[in-house]
Amino acid sequence: MTLRPLLLLLGVALGSLGGCAEADEGEVVLEFWAMGAEGEKVQPLIERFEAEHPGIRVEVQQQPWTSVHEKLLTAFAGRSTPDVSQFGNTWVAEMQALGALEDLTPYVHRSEAVDEGDYFGGIWDTNVIDGRLWGVPWYVDTRILFYRTDLFAEAGYDAMPTTWDGWLEAMRAVQAVQPDGGYPILLPVNEFEPPLILGLNTAELLRDGGRYGNFASPAFREAFAFYVGLYREGLAPATSGTEISNLYQEFDRGRFASTITGPWNIGEFQRRLTEHPDDWGTAPIPGPTAGTPGVSVAGGASLVIFEASEHKAEAWELVEFLSRPEVQIEFNRLTGDLPPRASAWEASGLADDRYARAFFEQLGRVRPTPKIPEQERIAQTIRTYGEAAARGQMTIDEALAALDADVDRILEKRRWLLDREAEG
Amino acid sequence: MSTVTHTDEDLATTLGPPAAPVSAPRRTDPGRTDPGRGWRPSLPESAASRAALFFIAPSLLVIGAFFFLPVAAALALSLTDFDLYALADPGTARFVGLKNYVELAGDPDFWQALRNTAYFVVVGGPLSVAVSLGAALLVSSKLTRWKGLWRTVFFAPVVTTLVAVAVVWRYLYNAEYGLLNSALGAVGIEGVDWLGDPAWAMPAIIGLAVWKNFGYNMIIFVAGLAGVPEELYEAAELDGAGWWARFRHITVPELAPTFLFVGVITMIGYFQLFAEPYVMTEGGPLRATVSVVYLMYEEGFKWWNLGYASAVAFVLFALMMVGTLIQLRLQRSDP
Repeated sequence: MTLRPLLLLLGVALGSLGGCAEADEGEVVLEFWAMGAEGEKVQPLIERFEAEHPGIRVEVQQQPWTSVHEKLLTAFAGRSTPDVSQFGNTWVAEMQALGALEDLTPYVHRSEAVDEGDYFGGIWDTNVIDGRLWGVPWYVDTRILFYRTDLFAEAGYDAMPTTWDGWLEAMRAVQAVQPDGGYPILLPVNEFEPPLILGLNTAELLRDGGRYGNFASPAFREAFAFYVGLYREGLAPATSGTEISNLYQEFDRGRFASTITGPWNIGEFQRRLTEHPDDWGTAPIPGPTAGTPGVSVAGGASLVIFEASEHKAEAWELVEFLSRPEVQIEFNRLTGDLPPRASAWEASGLADDRYARAFFEQLGRVRPTPKIPEQERIAQTIRTYGEAAARGQMTIDEALAALDADVDRILEKRRWLLDREAEG
Repeated sequence: MSTVTHTDEDLATTLGPPAAPVSAPRRTDPGRTDPGRGWRPSLPESAASRAALFFIAPSLLVIGAFFFLPVAAALALSLTDFDLYALADPGTARFVGLKNYVELAGDPDFWQALRNTAYFVVVGGPLSVAVSLGAALLVSSKLTRWKGLWRTVFFAPVVTTLVAVAVVWRYLYNAEYGLLNSALGAVGIEGVDWLGDPAWAMPAIIGLAVWKNFGYNMIIFVAGLAGVPEELYEAAELDGAGWWARFRHITVPELAPTFLFVGVITMIGYFQLFAEPYVMTEGGPLRATVSVVYLMYEEGFKWWNLGYASAVAFVLFALMMVGTLIQLRLQRSDP
């Protein structure tokens, strides 16, 4: 009696599962997951692709960035991954460890459209694990300095210094010319990128082949102390991004004179700085010393093909299409995302753009975060202790010791697996 | 209805079905001497229980398959280190005994989540019940007009989608442009960064949760209030009892069973705090709004540490169990 409606439900569920991927005779349907703005704006390119490939229909599924990571893992566990997906390149290691991704190395070897030499090396590298390629960069992302050129000029700096010492001096000088209560730099304490980027400049984040955290090392401590010092000295406010309701207004008013952020803000600054529309610029991250140019984090999104896909050849055609320089230029116009290929930068004039130029320069000096599945969690842990130290709840050494302890605990399983592998 | 019928009914229930216990044949069972259990159905016991089993079997099967089995599986999972690697290759899951529970006991994140949840339950729960009772009294009052309208209005937040509500509340709580801070500013109080300040984020979440949920308990209280005999108030009023005395000595004791139900349901619900911080603060600032369920979600679905997450789930279950038992005991000992 109770079972009958249940069985009925089950039948309906199974029936709908079967009906999911129905298509016309001979037509291949690709399921393509794209996130946020990309998912919204990629449609015109998809239509062009479909016009070129009459046998293929692409279903774009728009996913929110905040939950897509969980969704991908759940999809893998439930064996319902899409054919192609946009993919934060820091997730590649995780999904590769799961065996969820298709090895793209042979595809690229055969391909004429995807030419490794044309891509930014540091970005390409984020997709390479154990010498195999698991994703093709779709757009690139890194973090650089955005700053009020007029305030820096008033303080005596016509260009952003290139060393940390010079940078610190410049910030102190800027604070003197800022309106009262102003901060020379805004580094929201809820973002993991600033401490991570500074750390990438001086240290390896992990040691012993990714077995242990390397955060209490003098090399990482130098970067961490620099980061925390900005708050202790009052050069940066110890606030989270959610506390600032309108970054652009604060920038316009001169309350903040610089920040470390990503390429999407070029468009935002152009649109939303109304009082000082021309008094801002971008600059690469300064380096710890004069001999070591600053590096930033290799971010962005790749296109991956899932191992479980039944239409890998067609999926690769889509990846190739989206990797064409002229399509990438079009994509940049639609979204503002920066292309991963140097030829696209040059052909579109982006490389000479007043604001994008600094990104071009920085993209030549980007470093990937450790390519292990635990990286996302490690980055969050860095943020947690960075915030605690910035807010003055822990000393630098306490925070770093705790960070190491947490990261070592996160890596316990990895150590066990590596040791087991080593034993054969 | 008059006082007389009321007493009649009472009398009838106390007497119970006449004579049945005595006339039924008493089975000689040395283990059972309880005089109250004399009544037996006319079927032999084995046949009766077989029939009963037959009738409840479908439900038992369903409950077994969809409740007990998953719970047992989760309990087993909590004794392993099932994680992302095990998702790829189940062979890498290790049996770790109680290690997850031991680690949990030493995990500052867990204690923080527990403190946050306790804060939410201890402050938010009673506040929510008090607001519900207040609203119920208002909409039940003889002086209130358009009772149906008010009930609907107060109940509306319960049936709205939390995510939509949270978006609006985020605007209300906005430090600079929010309605709440503007209102405070109008009376000369300096505003607070509600969702950005670790000290104020939880009160802000409690505010939203109480507003969102009080309507449900209000309806239960309204039903409870309708059951309080009017003549008790009349009698008390004749004896010169004021509003507070009537509330204290009639309303509260008469509502005792309602209080128990509302208290337990609210506590269980509030222990499971999740959606509010998920949409409002993502657990921040400084993890001030991470609840136990949020921690479980993070461990389970963000980091895919299913073993550890299952341990969190069982600890939460134990805590809620203890909380419920304490409430039952407290309310039973109440006069």
